[in-house]
Amino acid sequence: MKVSYFPGCTLKTKAKDLDLYARKCAEVLGVTLEEIENWQCCGGVFTTSNDELATKLSSVRALSEANKKGQPLVSVCSACHNVLKQTNQMMKDDTIPAANHVNNYIAPDSYNGETEVIHYLELLRDKIGFDKIKEKVVNPLTGKKVAAYYGCLLLRPGKVMAMDDVENPTIMEDLIRALGAEPVIYAYRNECCGGYITLESKELAKAKSQKVTSNAADKGAEVIVTACPLCLYNLKKNGSPVPVVYITELLAEALGVKE
Amino acid sequence: MENSNKNLCEEIIRRSGVNPRKCMKCGKCSGTCPAYDEMEYHPHQFVYMVESGDIEPLLKSKSIYRCLTCFACVDRCPRGVEPAKLVEAVRLAVVREQGANHLKADDIPQLLDEDLPQQAIVSALRKYTK
Repeated sequence: MKVSYFPGCTLKTKAKDLDLYARKCAEVLGVTLEEIENWQCCGGVFTTSNDELATKLSSVRALSEANKKGQPLVSVCSACHNVLKQTNQMMKDDTIPAANHVNNYIAPDSYNGETEVIHYLELLRDKIGFDKIKEKVVNPLTGKKVAAYYGCLLLRPGKVMAMDDVENPTIMEDLIRALGAEPVIYAYRNECCGGYITLESKELAKAKSQKVTSNAADKGAEVIVTACPLCLYNLKKNGSPVPVVYITELLAEALGVKE
Repeated sequence: MENSNKNLCEEIIRRSGVNPRKCMKCGKCSGTCPAYDEMEYHPHQFVYMVESGDIEPLLKSKSIYRCLTCFACVDRCPRGVEPAKLVEAVRLAVVREQGANHLKADDIPQLLDEDLPQQAIVSALRKYTK
């Protein structure tokens, strides 16, 4: 199976492990991630105002490229996925003037939200299947207590992201189980780490992140996994009592391709 | 209400796509807001202040830079009001003015550390500047 792949700016620099192991694991699972040519940064956050044009263009170009190849568009960075998915939803809605105006900038192409936008976790769950992944595990993580950190961007807004139950998600826990480990359920797994506020108020980012990591540790987590480089930064930088790694690193360990 | 403010209020409501009149003032948006403690005006106040045309204090408040765009208030509002979209529209009304960028490119080098992901910088630039 071949899918279009949007890595995003941070995966080429500070979050290389998120990208590297996403590719290696996909290979083991029989999926080729075809990187979109000349992709541009998604901008990190979706701008909700319905008259915003320029901030939508990079996403629309990537979505349109995937559409031309007739492939789903996969990203593994939670932020990229959130921006691409919300932009795609906007492009489907012809009552939003900006959606029509954006098309003026990509002419002669035209795009109206045709591409299926999925996160890497959805690729694993819906296109490959956790059962098949379980069969490919060579190094089961038996007994390891893993806390999945969803944060905001993977799940919200729920009616657009539509990946899982917004308040009681299971996709990462189901994957953790497939890898032989034991998921840890804790209250703050879908609460915000502070995100980009770390540039504006270090104290606020610290307060938010520490609630997450201390809650996970209190519930017995040995490691926290995330798909978001900024979540990883905030949780680690603000003194997580347990290690924080990318979900793809955990997957690579179980599939025997971790370096 | 001054005419200019009335127009700006209508513009903010139009850009946001929010109907503040759907609000039943339960306060759940502010109750779930992770930035609540650092906000002078909270999400529920944005909703009723925009509805009543009292936007001058919002335009001047640092609260518009405290929203984390986490969409918690959007998903947890029992009436589907989506307060975060109003906060964003108010912030845009400020930063779209000439010279009103909240984050200057020249300020960025001193905010960096070796682990800071690019994602943090592009996100902040998108939220705080035009």
